[in-house]
Amino acid sequence: MPTRTVAVGSASGLHARPAKLFVEAAAAAPVKVTIRVGEKKPVPAKSMLSVLALGAKKGTEVTIEADGDGAEQALDDLAALLASDLDA
Amino acid sequence: MAEVVSLSGIGVCAGIAAGPLLRIADVPALPPPAAAADPEAEVARATAALAEVVADLERRAGRAGDETVAEVLRAEALMAGDEALLDGVREHVEDGADAVHAVDRAFGAYREVFEAAGGYLAERVADLDDLRNRAVAVLLGLPMPGVPQPGHPYVLAAKDLAPADTADLDPALVLALVTEAGGPTSHTAILARALGLPAVVACPGVLDVAEGTLVLVDGASGRVDAGIDEAAAEAARQGASEVVAAAAAFTGPGRTSDGYEVKLLANVGSVKNVPAADEVNAEGIGLFRTELLFLDRGQEPGHDEQVAAYRDVFAAMAGRRVVIRTLDAGADKPLPFLNQEGEPNPALGIRGLRIARQRPQVLATQLAAIAEARSQTGADVWVMAPMVSTLAEATTFAAAVRDAGLPKAGVMIEVPAAALRAADLLQVVDFLSIGTNDLSQYAFAADRMCGALADLLDPWQPALLQLIGICGAAGRATGKPVGVCGEAASDPGLAPILVGLGVTSLSMSPRAIPPVRAALAGRTADDCRRLAELAVAAPDATEARKLVA
Repeated sequence: MPTRTVAVGSASGLHARPAKLFVEAAAAAPVKVTIRVGEKKPVPAKSMLSVLALGAKKGTEVTIEADGDGAEQALDDLAALLASDLDA
Repeated sequence: MAEVVSLSGIGVCAGIAAGPLLRIADVPALPPPAAAADPEAEVARATAALAEVVADLERRAGRAGDETVAEVLRAEALMAGDEALLDGVREHVEDGADAVHAVDRAFGAYREVFEAAGGYLAERVADLDDLRNRAVAVLLGLPMPGVPQPGHPYVLAAKDLAPADTADLDPALVLALVTEAGGPTSHTAILARALGLPAVVACPGVLDVAEGTLVLVDGASGRVDAGIDEAAAEAARQGASEVVAAAAAFTGPGRTSDGYEVKLLANVGSVKNVPAADEVNAEGIGLFRTELLFLDRGQEPGHDEQVAAYRDVFAAMAGRRVVIRTLDAGADKPLPFLNQEGEPNPALGIRGLRIARQRPQVLATQLAAIAEARSQTGADVWVMAPMVSTLAEATTFAAAVRDAGLPKAGVMIEVPAAALRAADLLQVVDFLSIGTNDLSQYAFAADRMCGALADLLDPWQPALLQLIGICGAAGRATGKPVGVCGEAASDPGLAPILVGLGVTSLSMSPRAIPPVRAALAGRTADDCRRLAELAVAAPDATEARKLVA
């Protein structure tokens, strides 16, 4: 399954506004995307509560996964979003 | 006359108000578990209830005047409509729970995770509880918990205020806020200051006060008197309006009744606060916080951006004093670009001037920007450093300020060690400014955020006043200014005592200036000194307060 592993770029981590922007983007993706930290259980990327509960800070490596038509593009877009500093 | 019950908490926004106390609608109690005959129907009920909570939050977001509030409400709506939450509900129903208990448990699972994670997530627990309570109320056919709308003025009491409540709060009807939980940085405190409402947080017992009881709230001292009669309420209202009227009568510079001058200055964070300071005839700025420019930034703001921000305030204050504080980051104000995560005890860690030990360039850049902004304007710019503990730190800072071409260097007194050596510090700096909130925290070894220790953080604690007195005496001996820029400065009762201790300027949120000006005008300088001696000699804060009651 296509995956991307990126370090969270937002200064405040995957919280608050950065989390909201990521969740909204994941919900808008044409495929179902999951996100996980390390080898922990993957959670739906469009679930705000699950994404917050990851507790990912700036620099935490997260892995996103998706399958199906458009998965590669969706993952590239979401990975870029995760890697950028959404607090800036 | 009914018996009056006195409660006390932490005053977070000065002002007196009196009126009937009303609570945020009670959190619905969970009924005993019922056997769920039809699991699909239970899931459908839960789904519908959560959808109604989402719709309600979105309606509130639409009504909210403030974009920040709306954004917070929409984030809450995202949580209430979360698919993973619904999956949790479904699992609990499959385990035999009815809709109400399934919703309760589904939220509970996230609550545990958030609480265990600490930090930012732990602060979101209140939001989760709020969403859970709303969903449970819908399922039980009860009104969603929220701010009462009685159609007459009232004092709002709550355990703590959630962002969802604040959108519904009508500042024309709410006289004051009192919460059982919360601290000086809770939503309640932030909201109260934004709306200018007298507010007391961390006030145990306030939820035991019966609905409709007349209460008096003193947002300066943190006192809440429940069960006062209508005459006392009227007297308090009268008193409050007299303070306002008195303020109108004393528009000049701050002074005692016999003409001893005390500068009344405003605390500001940016040029946006300057009009409020002008409205109350502040004589200048006693605390220009520079953190705003640095907050929520991945990078330190550059030289030009800093110059522009400082120049805006200096230009607006041309001819007047502006005391600008260098970056006060760390502890409760961590800045991402400083990478301070992982300090075991941030309040005792690398904060304030201590950052210059590791990152001297941040201070150098800031001083250069302040100097350039000053050279372009006509303000009387004084520069001070936060979190100074020793003479060596003060000496190094003063040298850096003068090297930058700035005329006045001072230090804040927040650390008891610095207060004890105030006389030494004044040999190398031009002024002192006492930050009473942190000085309390460090003198009493009591976390500022800990509501349960509110009594220790009381600015009327005689030991705190004694430390302030040491600074005041050092100022008198050297003829150099000693200011107070913490919450204590905005307490009209305490202001004369601070002046009696030798404080020469008081800096506070602009709204607080008129009552303080009036309080000083009602005392002679000798009065102030006598009160100060008595307050320092008092056995405790309660007795000290009685001196001016």
